[in-house]
Amino acid sequence: MTRYIIQRLLQAVPLLLAISIAVFLLMQAIPGGPMAAYENNPNISAEDLVRLREELGLNVPVPQQYLNWLTAVMRGDWGTSLVSRRPVLVEIGERLPNTLTLSLTAFVIALLLAIPIGIISATRQYSWFDHVMTTIAFMGHSIPVFWLGLVLIILFNVTIKNPVTGGPLLPGGGMYTIGENFSLGDRLVHLILPASVLILFNLSVHVRYTRAGMLDVLNQDYIRTAFAKGLRERTVILRHAVKNGILPLVTIIGLEIPNLFNGALLTETIFSWPGMGRLFFTSIERGDYAILMGVLMLSSSLIVLFGLITDVVYAFLNPRIRFE
Amino acid sequence: MSATSTPVGSITWQARRQESMLALTWRRFRKHKPAMVSALVLAIIIAACVFVPVLLGYDMYNAPVELRRQPPSAAHFFGTDELGRDLMMRIWVGGRISLLIGISAMLLSITIGTLVGSLAGYYGGWVDTVLMRFNDFMLAIPHLFILLIVAQLLRSMNMPEISGGPLPIIVIIGALSWMGVARLVRGQFLALKSKEFVDAARMAGAKNQRIIWRHILPNAASPIIVAATLRVANAIITESTLSFLGFGVQPPMPTWGNMLKNAQSQMTIAPWVAIFPGLFIFITVVAINYLGDGLRDALDPRHVK
Repeated sequence: MTRYIIQRLLQAVPLLLAISIAVFLLMQAIPGGPMAAYENNPNISAEDLVRLREELGLNVPVPQQYLNWLTAVMRGDWGTSLVSRRPVLVEIGERLPNTLTLSLTAFVIALLLAIPIGIISATRQYSWFDHVMTTIAFMGHSIPVFWLGLVLIILFNVTIKNPVTGGPLLPGGGMYTIGENFSLGDRLVHLILPASVLILFNLSVHVRYTRAGMLDVLNQDYIRTAFAKGLRERTVILRHAVKNGILPLVTIIGLEIPNLFNGALLTETIFSWPGMGRLFFTSIERGDYAILMGVLMLSSSLIVLFGLITDVVYAFLNPRIRFE
Repeated sequence: MSATSTPVGSITWQARRQESMLALTWRRFRKHKPAMVSALVLAIIIAACVFVPVLLGYDMYNAPVELRRQPPSAAHFFGTDELGRDLMMRIWVGGRISLLIGISAMLLSITIGTLVGSLAGYYGGWVDTVLMRFNDFMLAIPHLFILLIVAQLLRSMNMPEISGGPLPIIVIIGALSWMGVARLVRGQFLALKSKEFVDAARMAGAKNQRIIWRHILPNAASPIIVAATLRVANAIITESTLSFLGFGVQPPMPTWGNMLKNAQSQMTIAPWVAIFPGLFIFITVVAINYLGDGLRDALDPRHVK
């Protein structure tokens, strides 16, 4: 097992290097590159520009620039935001917890709902419960995330009013009520709509794979044997079938991690949630390439890391992989 | 029955069998009720995209200001937007663009994915390693993030004829969404390349290229067709997302996505502006996904639901 983990870790290194090169080159390709923000500024003279280029280390060949950037990144110096003039790591560090609060809450709730739903759907295949759940999963998979967000705002913020106060039933944006002291209830209320969008999206994928995996397993001989031994259905499902049945789900979770970031970008933009996705979006519009590089590097690294973790979990659940 | 036991009969049996491949698929497909309904819905949507704008004849770009934000009525079925333009008109014209982008992007991503997947699966060895590592790499950068950056990149290049139109969006979506297809095709090739008919073809002197494209690929067609269907649905969602964020097709040319771009600021006063275009994305994508489901059942008899 240790060997397997080390092997997978070593494979991740070249992948991360390739990503860093791609990110670096992409930013070079954006017109004006790092200097775009200054070149259009009438208050900055030609001499200033030369000095700035030197300061930013842009007067050396591109490969050298890349190496300098990479070593700086390794040392924890991710550069400075061109707009706010604050260190990139500080900017991202402020937003990352907000993104994690939203995405992970939605992810965990979706998982906790999806596994039992998928299991029940599979064991009661073609029952009304199964039909309703597979239909919901199908719809959730086909609905544009951003539009679902808009519809939820129209429903719960614009149309339906709070019967007591007469104001909107649920807040349609932001992470807390501005001007009020911190309260957990206020935070949770703000979390409901954006999290619901992400939950439905994650749920639809996870239910489909749990159901499919369970159906595969339930038709196998060892399950029939377990039933033949006289075990109760509960025991057969929970002790024998589930561990194999959720294998496809583990694989798909690994593949779905990038989607967490995509989903975060959309929900954060629609619900004005001050997270990493929204930071990325506003930085594109402002051409703040330092932030863009930081967010891309961090999210890609997290994707590789989570992919690694799902591989390890998969190997733990499925010994055939480990010993190959 | 006896036909299979005599040599002459066996030939006719096989011939009939081959002839009815399409008919067989169609018979299985017909049993999938949601897919049949979806096919009908899609036919209606496509017909409406083609004919409704011609029949309505509203001006798509200019409208009297006093008509702005009219709720749905007999004259304006879906209401009007913040500039007074008829939404019915814009939705069906926008549908043309959205469907065009969906289908073209699918063609591009299926082409690249099939190419990469077949080469990796057939040749194996270092070709496979290189291509699949590249695949992993493409999957490791969050899709939407890279789409936005590349869209921004293309937009800032000086290409006034195509900038803001459907072409750059088709290229971006197609070029950044082939990875799943490549994996799928590679898997098919790995499974098929050790089959006897491949050996037979090689014995008969067929070159690698011929074996890949003429012998193996047709046998992998079914899952590729299903994947292609689902890619259209995904491309439509991706287009609408990019356009919604302002990085896709630029107004005044309507698409289902960019019609929603200003909708968020209109939500309190004109919610229909936000609801209708999204509803059509939703209906179309559900229908295409059910169609893919039905095709999967019809084309792959081993696939048990």
